Amino acid sequence: MATAADTIEAPPAPPPPAAQPYLFHRHALLVRVTHWTNALAIFFLLMTGLNIFNAHPSLYWGPYGASADAAHRWLEIGSKNVGGEARGFVRVGDVTVTTTGVLGLSTAPNGGPNPIAYPSWATFPSYRDLATARNFHFFFAWVLILNGLAYLGYSLVSGHLRRDLLPKPGELSPANIAHDIVKHAKLQFPKGEEAKRYHVLQKLAYGGVILVLIPLVILTGLGMSPANNAAWPWILDVFGSRPNARSLHWVAANLIGLFIIVHLLMVVLAGPINEIRSMITGKFRIDPEKA
Amino acid sequence: MMTGLSNRLSRRRLFSLGGIAAGGGLLSACDGLARSDSLGGIIKSAEAATMRWQRAIGRDALAPEYTLADLSPDFKVNGTHEPVEAEYQGMKRGGFADWRLEVGGLVTNPMRLALPQLKALPQRTQITKHDCVEGWTAIGQWTGPQLGLILKAAGLKPNARYVVFRCADNYGGEASKGGAQSTSLYYESLDLIDAFHPQTILAHSMNGAPLSVGHGAPLRLRVERQLGYKQAKYVMGLDVVESLAGYGQGNGGYWEDRGYEWYAGI
Repeated sequence: MATAADTIEAPPAPPPPAAQPYLFHRHALLVRVTHWTNALAIFFLLMTGLNIFNAHPSLYWGPYGASADAAHRWLEIGSKNVGGEARGFVRVGDVTVTTTGVLGLSTAPNGGPNPIAYPSWATFPSYRDLATARNFHFFFAWVLILNGLAYLGYSLVSGHLRRDLLPKPGELSPANIAHDIVKHAKLQFPKGEEAKRYHVLQKLAYGGVILVLIPLVILTGLGMSPANNAAWPWILDVFGSRPNARSLHWVAANLIGLFIIVHLLMVVLAGPINEIRSMITGKFRIDPEKA
Repeated sequence: MMTGLSNRLSRRRLFSLGGIAAGGGLLSACDGLARSDSLGGIIKSAEAATMRWQRAIGRDALAPEYTLADLSPDFKVNGTHEPVEAEYQGMKRGGFADWRLEVGGLVTNPMRLALPQLKALPQRTQITKHDCVEGWTAIGQWTGPQLGLILKAAGLKPNARYVVFRCADNYGGEASKGGAQSTSLYYESLDLIDAFHPQTILAHSMNGAPLSVGHGAPLRLRVERQLGYKQAKYVMGLDVVESLAGYGQGNGGYWEDRGYEWYAGI
């Protein structure tokens, strides 16, 4: 059962009188275990997902979508010959961007040109292998779902979600959000008692990933499954079609990837040792604010 | 001057070589996971979990059906475009008048059915989406008798567990693929739950016309709750079996022998 020590809220013990740094129990065991399980699952899901995408590097919007359906194809990653020179490109709608070296055309591990949507360093396996990528993708999809259910169940029962992640009334005011953005931009991270709770941008980022993006990526994933389309047609109805679900799956995965980049950057800027330790042992060092 | 430049160059080259080596080491470590047999067994356990889960939530559920307005204007021909085998080419020249669907294996009443006989059975027409494992989707209309009707007429023996579909095409050996990558003919298999599902039909017509060669003439399987590679084209015969061991490498299908899931519901 949840105890006060499991939560982010301050334990009743007062900080030591002299302004000494002290360790604060920041993350419950279940939160720590599910965090790292989730990190491992998402690492494999993203890299196998890019390998799967490479099998058909186009996205469509509409009831059907295949190579011939140019009118429905809104995104394409490929390579083409321009004046005798091969170029990688990404096309979104009417806008085409040259991306040689990274997307569409990159360098294979053996040094040769590799006409493939996502480069080998970004995919698992590093070579084209749809069968293996799918097997790993669906294994880690099960891990993501079961781990996510354990986390959500715990967080609802213990109050972690409501107490620590849901913004409180007033926190969502434009003035408070603007204040938090300025603080982040100046790299002024909370100190002392203020470091014991999440601030509004953290709540929106973590809550957005946990309650919006991960559910969206799971539902759109299920929306691509023909057996699931039969059993739970409402998922298909929500997104409109399998090509739509596939498009939104890609968008959600990209936003999760963007979150990870910002998250890791913030961990590094805010003090990586203290931050990473708090997610391993649960203990977070509080440096009291100077009087 | 020259020495300084070449020193700097070599240092830079050393640095980038180190980067490539580190990156390559990570890549090959990851690829080692992909090729590991012991890990592969754990990873593959997800397929059974997915099948049990999807059967639990919708064993008898019907795949969504669409209207004529939803048909793909250009339904992609995938896999084999035209079997090159002499036997198939001979039947094609004769308008498939000599073609017979062989129904055998663990049945009490083996049969050889001609196209007119299949068309004389009660027919089902369905407009469904075709979900390729690669990610693309096409919508087509399919007509043919339910597989379940044929299996009932053949009479399954008590130990029957799977239906194997033997096809005419040697996909891997197709001339357009360079030939001779594979010596085995295409085949597929279903368990009896999907074999007796009402939308599982042996289609002889697509979009109101006889199947084209590209789409599997004279007869192809439609199993609407699984991916495209299960929709075997150029079906020559059905074998009702207790085990998939006697076919190909024993994994139940051409692509299954190449690492893809036998249960292709996701």
